[in-house]
Amino acid sequence: MSERFEIRFAGSGGQGVILAAVVTGEAAALYENVYAVQSQAYGPEARGGASKSEVVVSHDVIDYPKATRPDLQVILTQKACEEYAHDTKKGGTIILDDFYVSDPPQVDADIYMLPIVRTAKEKLGKEMVTNMVALGATARILELANVIRPDSVKKAILARVPKGTEKLNEQAFEEGYSMMKEKK
Amino acid sequence: MPKKLAFWQGNMAVAMGGIAAGCRFFGGYPITPSSEIAEVMAEELPKINGRFIQMEDEIGGIAATIGASIAGYKAMTATSGPGFSLKQENLGLAYMAEIPIVVIDVMRGGPSTGLPTRVSQQDVMQARWGTHGDHGTIAYAPSSVQECFELTIDAFNMAERFRQPVLVMSDEVIGHMREKVVIPEPGSYPIVDRKRPKVSPEEFVPYLADPADDVPAMASFGDGYRWHVTGLTHNDYGFPTNEPEEIGKKHLRLVRKVERFRDEIVKYDLEQTEGAEILVVSYGCVARSAVRAVREARAKGIRVGHFRPITLWPFPDKELIQAAGQAKKVIVPELNCGQMISEVKIALGCKAEIIPSNLVNGEILRPHEILATIEEVA
Repeated sequence: MSERFEIRFAGSGGQGVILAAVVTGEAAALYENVYAVQSQAYGPEARGGASKSEVVVSHDVIDYPKATRPDLQVILTQKACEEYAHDTKKGGTIILDDFYVSDPPQVDADIYMLPIVRTAKEKLGKEMVTNMVALGATARILELANVIRPDSVKKAILARVPKGTEKLNEQAFEEGYSMMKEKK
Repeated sequence: MPKKLAFWQGNMAVAMGGIAAGCRFFGGYPITPSSEIAEVMAEELPKINGRFIQMEDEIGGIAATIGASIAGYKAMTATSGPGFSLKQENLGLAYMAEIPIVVIDVMRGGPSTGLPTRVSQQDVMQARWGTHGDHGTIAYAPSSVQECFELTIDAFNMAERFRQPVLVMSDEVIGHMREKVVIPEPGSYPIVDRKRPKVSPEEFVPYLADPADDVPAMASFGDGYRWHVTGLTHNDYGFPTNEPEEIGKKHLRLVRKVERFRDEIVKYDLEQTEGAEILVVSYGCVARSAVRAVREARAKGIRVGHFRPITLWPFPDKELIQAAGQAKKVIVPELNCGQMISEVKIALGCKAEIIPSNLVNGEILRPHEILATIEEVA
């Protein structure tokens, strides 16, 4: 991992992008013993507005708490894609949802179109677990970049989700992880 | 996972810091971006025999907090911009009647309803002069989630020690971001409780201050001591007075009790100030960007340092003068149109050029923007 590794989840309010970032931050801060800061930006509305959430992970104390040039972006809507994809770090990674994002950005990054929402909706039967599928895919990239182990992300998910939903969430995570692993 | 680590929001850390300091009453009214403080208090206080009450409005929130403190509880309220404005009148009552309370202001953009979900540092002068009349002010500006926890404990300790409101001036970025917190063991940090009367109820003079610290002992309502609480200027017995001697005595003591112990209250932080030719002065969330900018500038060979007031009030002026050393240029980045810069000018204006760097668009100043200002003046 370089000095700091920046991750951004972006989508629409209600897709769980803030929780995805919180879980990633918890995985880093509580299960990996590295520094992490999570922040978010959202409008006054609870659902439907544009929403983004960021995590910065580092071996050193983190000064500026927000992403400057994200190493990894996970983008779940076309609107968020148009707004945020352009500032990805050169040679970084962008994961896009292939259902809501129709037009991939022209940027210098590894871009992956993954069936995140479709898997949540069709395979797992609950669109609500979209963010957990996204977290699985994220975990694979974080593993390859030597930032956070997938197991720590899984632990953080299980510590946070409501009782009785562990299995569904874990399954969603595994689906996301393997769809990313097939590509990279 | 080790027990004492947490990944908390700044607002959560403020609430948990309050509880760690002994807060057992929260009276408030939810307002973005401070609502999580009320939310956590509503959940946590009942578990430890504390009380949470959501009042009808911001004014009721601070009024209930003052009442709880008079009844003997350590009490706090939390708000943001518009609510901080509404609380000013009762804040003055707490200064005048010498009631220890803690008020958290998570700063958002103003004036008026302004920007509920966006950051600013526009209330820092309101913290000093928002309520009418003279009084000593103690106000902290946390820069991290860890500090949200620790400075809220300090705020309670100072409120109890000096019998007055103490403010924690957080901001939307610090309040909403999550960060690792190391939670100290209870007992490993000092806890201050207000002085209780040592005399019998018959001998009790409620505002007779101990000359050693200018702070009178405080009785609680209900424990048998008679005590008249008023916002009118009062004598040692708590009753309104028009006697110039009594008026002056009370008024000066309200200011002096903080001024005398200023050195024990003031907190600040330094980053690479040795031999600095340029000094950056910033606080709260902006200090995080500024420290990064200073490190990047140092790496480019620019002799620049950073001074961070942790107590905005009392302002660490003596410490700033010392840290500034021979610096000829001082940059003050703030998320307002220039507020704390006036304190920097009072301290350093005769010996250095003071350069403002302001942003009021709801965003936080970014490291590269502060770096650009440093490079411009270098």
